[in-house]
Amino acid sequence: MSALPKTNPYLPMPAEVLDNIEEAPGINTLRLRLSDPAQRAAYSFLPGQFNMLYLANVGEVPISISSDPGEPEIIDHTIRAVGRVTEGMVRVKEGETLGLRGPFGTGWPMEQAKGRNILVITGGIGCAPTASVVGYAHARRDQYGKITVLHGVRKPADLIYGERFESWCRATDTVCRFASQETAPGWSGRTGLVTELLGDLEPGAMDGMTMMCGPEVMMRAVAEELISRGRPIEDIYVSMERSMQCGLGHCGHCQYGPDFICKDGPVFPYARVRRLMPVKGF
Amino acid sequence: MEPALLPRTQFDSLIQALSQAGYRVFGPTPRAGAVVFDEITSADELPRGYKSEQVPGRYRLAHNGDARLFDFVHGHESLKRFTFAAAEPLWTIHHDGQVRFDANLPDGRPTAVIGARACDIAGMRVQDRTFLKGRYASYTDPYFARRRQDLFIVAVNCSTCASTCFCSSQGTGPRVKEAFDIALTELSDHFLLETGSEAGERIAGQLPLAPADPSHHAQAANQIEHVAKSQMRRIDNDGIYELLFDNLEHPRWDDVAARCLSCANCVMVCPTCFCHREGEVAAMDGLSSQHVRQWDACFTLEHGSTHGADLRPQVKQRYRQWLTHKLGSWWQQFGVSGCVGCGRCITWCPTGIDLTEEAAAIRAQPGLKAT
Repeated sequence: MSALPKTNPYLPMPAEVLDNIEEAPGINTLRLRLSDPAQRAAYSFLPGQFNMLYLANVGEVPISISSDPGEPEIIDHTIRAVGRVTEGMVRVKEGETLGLRGPFGTGWPMEQAKGRNILVITGGIGCAPTASVVGYAHARRDQYGKITVLHGVRKPADLIYGERFESWCRATDTVCRFASQETAPGWSGRTGLVTELLGDLEPGAMDGMTMMCGPEVMMRAVAEELISRGRPIEDIYVSMERSMQCGLGHCGHCQYGPDFICKDGPVFPYARVRRLMPVKGF
Repeated sequence: MEPALLPRTQFDSLIQALSQAGYRVFGPTPRAGAVVFDEITSADELPRGYKSEQVPGRYRLAHNGDARLFDFVHGHESLKRFTFAAAEPLWTIHHDGQVRFDANLPDGRPTAVIGARACDIAGMRVQDRTFLKGRYASYTDPYFARRRQDLFIVAVNCSTCASTCFCSSQGTGPRVKEAFDIALTELSDHFLLETGSEAGERIAGQLPLAPADPSHHAQAANQIEHVAKSQMRRIDNDGIYELLFDNLEHPRWDDVAARCLSCANCVMVCPTCFCHREGEVAAMDGLSSQHVRQWDACFTLEHGSTHGADLRPQVKQRYRQWLTHKLGSWWQQFGVSGCVGCGRCITWCPTGIDLTEEAAAIRAQPGLKAT
């Protein structure tokens, strides 16, 4: 639940930087805690939701929450330095204060996934929203079935979160598979697209819920492949990304057909976005 | 209160009553070849005797010297600027020591606007669905809400309309139906005045009103009826969401893109467009910064830019984004069309693009695909 002032959801809450962990060059995880004890106590979130983070004098950006909702006082955000605000944000130091508004948006369907297998498919340089899925399920191991993580990258060097993947791979009933479009010396994963990993999966891995985050072209290819393999579309969820400046459904930048990504998403049933995804320029 | 007559010669009494009640009074006033809202103190500042000629891509004011005050129809401004400011600070961060975020809510001085048209009020009601928490919005925008709450609206039922008007097609006019404090219909020498709120009653109670007889009511009704009948443009809203989203690759988008300058005039004059961008104005000493917002438009390249990638690099994609939202997906999001039929986007488009024609062209040949 949001701890935002009910009278003004535009107003950030001060949040202290507890730690700034470098995951890879230009990719950092900021561990934050709301400064005000009452706001801290009122704050809770679901895996897949995001916050608007504000860097003083520079601006505000939407960042998904990557830590466990079971500990809502500590809020992790994995940030890739890609623009003016995020370039500054990855450089903040412990003890500094950011602004935080949130949480916003829909979460992953963790309730519907209970008792079922989970197939997590990600692509690109790294996908924090799906990290929250795996973290959430691992923290509640008896509530979920097998977890399979497929991760696709363009080249092996793009594979970050090395330690995180390693710890996932070691966890009970969890399988991680990697694909890279280009190969490199020492690459032990598959060379090719992430969709090609589907063919090698153990029986049952695809039987549960599929949750995806990454480039739309990848998510679409995987979703269509799953559907062609007979998987019901209702079991496929995707996390979408668009410019978001308010998080409230007011600023209009994240219009996506009938939806606003910020409040109707970012996590959508694939059926909801299937029609627009192939259309260029939406 | 029963509708009553306010003599045109006594129009100043309305301005004075509002002013004495503590309102800043805004009204339409001719300026630089158009009519804009400005703070007024006298009826002499109103566009007395002005008519507007409005056709696609053209707006001209003409002065014919008669005594009528509101026959100019409308200018490019709607009520929107009074409820959703074109630019405003949202909050200020102070970080000289402890970090503090202070809201910059609009000052509480109430505003009265004379001359809102049915389409303007309809536009405001459409924006209510975006900015006020309820069935369609999860959050109330306190900046909009504050301005909206403090606004006193003197509406005017149109006695004539522009060629670009199509409010009757959109069901929003020409008669003002709701959300006004006072509504006026301009007759030969009088205004037929109705009240729509307690605040309106209080102001009306101070005016030199005379009883209206059935002939005045008949004249007002006839005038409004005539306006509705004289409108030629229309939008067929039947199944329009499906129509537009089934035709996202229609060649008409290329056709319109060849005429569209992507200038965003249509967005800036639209009473319902709500997009805004947020940014920072940092103090020179670096110890505080204002977080500001200003109207934005989906015709800019940056609007669709997500972490540096431009999602809608082509004009065709941006026009399509605007039209499919305005006429189509607005229904899904807000249960109403995003178009109130004011026709401003047609008049003020430098190249005279007419959204009613664009929608009709797709409806006439659905299913075509650009090659």
